[in-house]
Amino acid sequence: MAKLMKLIKNGLFDENPVLVQVLGMCPTLAVTSSATNGLGMGLATTSVLFGSNLVISLLRKIIPAKVRIPAFIVIIATFVTIVDLLLQGYIPALYDSLGLFIPLIVVNCIVLGRAEAFASKNGPLHAIFDGVGMGLGFTLALTILGAIREIIGAGSIFGFQLLKLSWYQPVTIFILAPGAFLVLGFMFAAFNKIKASGTKG
Amino acid sequence: MEFVLLFISAVLVNNVVLSRFLGICPFLGVSKKIETSIGMGMAVTFVMTLASLISHIVFYAILKPLEIEYLYTIAFILVIASLVQLVEMVIQKTSPSLYQALGVFLPLITTNCAVLGVAVINMQKSIQTNGDFGLIHSVINGLGTAVGFTLAIVLLAGIRERIEYNPIPKHFKGYPIVLITAGLMAIAFLGFSGMIK
Repeated sequence: MAKLMKLIKNGLFDENPVLVQVLGMCPTLAVTSSATNGLGMGLATTSVLFGSNLVISLLRKIIPAKVRIPAFIVIIATFVTIVDLLLQGYIPALYDSLGLFIPLIVVNCIVLGRAEAFASKNGPLHAIFDGVGMGLGFTLALTILGAIREIIGAGSIFGFQLLKLSWYQPVTIFILAPGAFLVLGFMFAAFNKIKASGTKG
Repeated sequence: MEFVLLFISAVLVNNVVLSRFLGICPFLGVSKKIETSIGMGMAVTFVMTLASLISHIVFYAILKPLEIEYLYTIAFILVIASLVQLVEMVIQKTSPSLYQALGVFLPLITTNCAVLGVAVINMQKSIQTNGDFGLIHSVINGLGTAVGFTLAIVLLAGIRERIEYNPIPKHFKGYPIVLITAGLMAIAFLGFSGMIK
């Protein structure tokens, strides 16, 4: 059990896919114009990771090594299609705002990366926890980035207008394309600083 | 004229990297030197143009008649993966010098989400316009997007070569400064918005 919890913590902090491994940059930058979108994208990716890691781990002894990458991609694409249809059916508002980036979960390096680096070498239980941990780490980074951009760029968080900030003039550029690059750049710098001070102390 | 506008719009106004956020991984990863970024740009241009062509045909010749449009994600990613493999083999046989130039970058393109992204965007536009956005539109959009990608990655590489020896604050070295540079480039590209339509 302790080992399973360690896998979750690993995904959230020690090997956070966005902040440490710098993977999955496209959705990270593209959908984080609000905290809700960031959270939704993170959870969609987490469910794909859960499914793909489980199935790939179960099939790891059957899939021949030579064709493993195409096999992984087909499995991942299947789960992406499932998530795509479920979102379209049940949460159409989120489906519309994430748009193109739902089918693009297929080429999110995090998903294929975990399949190759973890699920193809470990049992199903560990693979599930690894997938969920990585997914939650991704969700965490996206939600923080989305929240920062939404607060600065629209003066709200999760769609709720911050009343105390009624004097605040939103800096719209932060919810446009350049804001994503700038905020993520500063987030990385802050993370580097925290990490450096952590290793010193 | 329509095609020229479509091309310009794909290169500048809706620049694939700086306003659509597709293909960020190679944009950040392969932009250390101008030479390598040109190689990556050429490889992407090649594959993206072909992928736009073939995925359009696959959608209208296979998926639509069989009424399995919802499988487009799987179909397109298979098209792109096999296309990359095929292109690699063909270039290796026919033009070893081009293969030398592109070699390393070709396999990386499968995971370049810009290629799949363009295929999906073309399909969506084509559905929205009831097929008016046809084969030629798709190919030109693919080519334009790829040229836009090349432009962005070569510009970034040029800037990175220059800032390499500048006194950057310690914690900003590496990715942070590259992202901030890209942010400033995106602000510049924002100036193109509204130029067409």
